[in-house]
Amino acid sequence: MMRFLLPLAAFVVLVIFLGVGLTLNPRQVPSPLVDKPAPPFRLQQLYDTTKTLSSEENLGKVWMLNVWASWCVACRDEHPVLVELSKLGIVPIYGLNYKDQRDTAMQWLKQFGNPYEISIVDADGKVGINYGVYGVPETYVIDKQGIIRYKHIGPVTVESLKNKILPLIKELKS
Amino acid sequence: MMKRLIHSSLKRYLVVLILSFTSLQGYAATEAVPVAEDPELEKRLVNLAENLRCLVCQNESLAASRADFANDMRREIREQMRMNKSDDEIVEFLVARYGDFILFNPPLKSTTWLLWFGPFALFLGGGAALIFYLRRRRIQINEKDLPLTESQRLRAESLIKEMNKDQSI
Repeated sequence: MMRFLLPLAAFVVLVIFLGVGLTLNPRQVPSPLVDKPAPPFRLQQLYDTTKTLSSEENLGKVWMLNVWASWCVACRDEHPVLVELSKLGIVPIYGLNYKDQRDTAMQWLKQFGNPYEISIVDADGKVGINYGVYGVPETYVIDKQGIIRYKHIGPVTVESLKNKILPLIKELKS
Repeated sequence: MMKRLIHSSLKRYLVVLILSFTSLQGYAATEAVPVAEDPELEKRLVNLAENLRCLVCQNESLAASRADFANDMRREIREQMRMNKSDDEIVEFLVARYGDFILFNPPLKSTTWLLWFGPFALFLGGGAALIFYLRRRRIQINEKDLPLTESQRLRAESLIKEMNKDQSI
């Protein structure tokens, strides 16, 4: 009996390991920045280039930082979701326009709608590196103390909003 | 005569053509080589970047990848090297932002124990199981290896005899 039971047990363990491995997405690298202070920045605004926005100005409120670019195809998928979210007025969304051209970026927002309070320009991707950006779009939820509470890699979907982001924002706001 | 002339001029054309190609290639090759401003720094960069993972094309190193991300990272590393930061400081900077995943050589800590020691544990476990199995088998063989009883011996003899008889026919 043991003769069959032992290999079977080993096989089951192997199947469980491989099964879990299949459900993981290697593209989703957990960020070490979660639960750490958001890297500070002061960047030029997209529309009004005479103005800047610094991360400190958002202290005291819960906000979302969405990394986007007009050249990013997946950003088009998530954009309607962000536009709808901005209409609800639950959380202010700030856009980090990542390694983009100013005129094409503004054209893009004109075409697809602008869900952002303010978009800031990270032309050379320096702030992106500080935030550990490696695949646009990426979205950060930052709390009142300026601490990153969540990082979403890839397009924000209605499901991810419902299941994770909105409950988290509600909790952070209270 | 005429034929020969055409032949030789054709030959000359060919030679000129081939020569022009080779010279063109040589020219292109010298142009395609990137001119590093500081070869020493570039060497240090490659040494370091070979052990760092490009997060976009995940099985390539930051030194080998042609992805935009790897380009940016190389630029960042280059800048930090110019600011006289040590390799360890640069790696620390990257790990703080991108996590241990950026290292091809994962550090030894509680979350990576299984990764580092798992294969050895598997090897030891397998070896122990093998030794256990072989020992048990030897005991079993020894037990079976008892001398035959009288009746078994007689039966065996008669069987051998019978077989020999069959063969002789």
